[in-house]
Amino acid sequence: MRKYTPKDNVQKKSYYTDRFWVAPRVPTLEVEAGSHFESVVDTISNAVTIKEAGVQIGQLRIVINATDNFKALQILRDECGYAMCSELSAVDYLAQDGEFEVFYQMLNLNEAKRVRIVCRIKEGEAVESIVPLFKSANFAEREMFDMFGIKANNHPFMKRILMPDDWEGHPLLKTYPLQGDEFASWYEVDKIFGKEYRDVVGPENRDPASVERYDSQRFSRVGYEVPFGAELEEGKEEESPIEYSKTFMVDYTTGTTTLKKRK
Amino acid sequence: MQVTNKLTPFFENLNFERDDNTMVINFGPQHPSAHGQLRLVLELEGELVKKAYPDIGYLHRGIEKMAENMTYNEFLPTTDRLDYIASTSNNYAYALSVERLIGLEVPRRAKVIRTMLLELNRIISHLFFVATHALDVGAMSVFLYAFREREFAMDLMEDYCGARLTHSAVRIGGVPLDLPKNWLTDLSKFCTKVNYELEHTYEALLTENRIWKMRLEDVGVLSAEEALSWGCSGVMIRGSGIKYDIRKEEPYELYGELDFDVPISDKCDSYGRYSLYMEEMRQSVRILRQLIPMYDKTEPKLMAHAPQYISAPKEEIMTQNYALMQHFVLVTQGMRPPVGEVYAPTESPKGELGFYIKSEGEPYAYRLKCRAPSFFHTGLLQEILVGTYIADVVTIIGTTNIVFGEVDR
Repeated sequence: MRKYTPKDNVQKKSYYTDRFWVAPRVPTLEVEAGSHFESVVDTISNAVTIKEAGVQIGQLRIVINATDNFKALQILRDECGYAMCSELSAVDYLAQDGEFEVFYQMLNLNEAKRVRIVCRIKEGEAVESIVPLFKSANFAEREMFDMFGIKANNHPFMKRILMPDDWEGHPLLKTYPLQGDEFASWYEVDKIFGKEYRDVVGPENRDPASVERYDSQRFSRVGYEVPFGAELEEGKEEESPIEYSKTFMVDYTTGTTTLKKRK
Repeated sequence: MQVTNKLTPFFENLNFERDDNTMVINFGPQHPSAHGQLRLVLELEGELVKKAYPDIGYLHRGIEKMAENMTYNEFLPTTDRLDYIASTSNNYAYALSVERLIGLEVPRRAKVIRTMLLELNRIISHLFFVATHALDVGAMSVFLYAFREREFAMDLMEDYCGARLTHSAVRIGGVPLDLPKNWLTDLSKFCTKVNYELEHTYEALLTENRIWKMRLEDVGVLSAEEALSWGCSGVMIRGSGIKYDIRKEEPYELYGELDFDVPISDKCDSYGRYSLYMEEMRQSVRILRQLIPMYDKTEPKLMAHAPQYISAPKEEIMTQNYALMQHFVLVTQGMRPPVGEVYAPTESPKGELGFYIKSEGEPYAYRLKCRAPSFFHTGLLQEILVGTYIADVVTIIGTTNIVFGEVDR
């Protein structure tokens, strides 16, 4: 029977699994009373509901509802001094929960503190664009759309950014294979010659190290040197016996050396 | 929708209205001043830029996707290919975020070496900036002189790790090699040389140069609010008068112990940023000089001791059975960091470089996001270029110091 491979996550997986092994967790600390992060949590919780808040590796992580993202970030910027949105992107949890996790990495330059706002959306849902608050989200949200297909509502220019405009599929989804899908493998052929040319061109060989054994125009490897462009047929190549180095046999009793070829 | 064929290629549906006297030109993707594969679509009225649209993705290699299909140690050499002008800063940013995820403490000698390499890379990158920026603006000779010193710096890197561009000189948990003999002597010689050349060559050629000033002053003016909103970092934000250097504010490695200044400029223009680059090189030399005596006071240990994550030193692997077994597991399966997420910002020569890593306890990162400073600086181009003249476009692209390995990833 063929080995079962899950279709919802085609990324590389560890071939070795220990079912008794429990992965340790990065400690999530409570927000300390009286700290800067506590005031942030308090300010945000006045306006939007906070599902979860904790400090992970020195940075506050706040989980909110996806519909509140604009409001929460506005409060963070205006009332808590988080003037920069240094990064935003998503994590694909479609296989596990049917959801994306969208995170916004915020920076307060006066306090040198960082907060990560995290929200979850279902597949096909969109988030509200935060470009009116932070212009850095302009490119970042486009990249999120390009890579995951998550749209940002009211974005000024929601278009693919890294992949070509006419690309199909979103490369960072877990369902998207590393080597690209069927569309990706024919993209250049389709674009330059048209789809009907697929039969003429044939599937692209993406292995740069591959060598055709009998193609004497491209470094044939039949075991001996052949002139460029020579006709080679499969199974008709010369026998190339293995050559051994010449060995001097020394007869220590007489002190003479004889040249013998090994069989 | 236009009909596309081979002769009239598909012109992406940009929403540019063509009035009677505007012209749309493609700046790049193969323009020598675009510092890589930047296609900048400019709508011009005469020589005035009315609209600018940076089109990126010509160097997209899917590095974040590759990270999900590689073990943590396998991925490290790939980070070289992000900001290929200063690879060690990428290696370091990645190693730092994995170390923070695991909770590793790196030995002090490794810290000294790492900080040295980071600052050396900063000088390499800044020299490259000065060289190419001057070349773009029209000063050819600076390019030749700056590349000469850059070669010396790359020779130092080559002495240390054997590579000139793609170093992979920082590993998760420390550094792989100790410094070679006489490296510190060469480094201090290099420091003297750079300091001398900074004053007598580059600044002598550029700083008071009338043409240089005319081309750079009041060009690419970026206010502090705009810089914050566009997510600028590094020199771009310090050039707008905001004093934020991650080395100072959120210190990592030995930066907390070192004595250095963070230069800022409130001129907000390209000239201010140029002078910051010059000053930062001086500060890097200052840091390097402080680090040289620190090296001798450290223990010779180079890699952190964490058998679950990091292989033991070679001698132990060759002599002790258990170390060999652990090494075998780490090489064949890869390390499994704890479940959780981390974002570790570092001050790379270009700005804030950080890796967001989401780990699910597997040997492969569940999600890795590279926060590249150049990506956000490229986004800024669509606003900062509007209202400038086409001759200044080159200056402004140069002053943002973008590298396309990092923009497209």
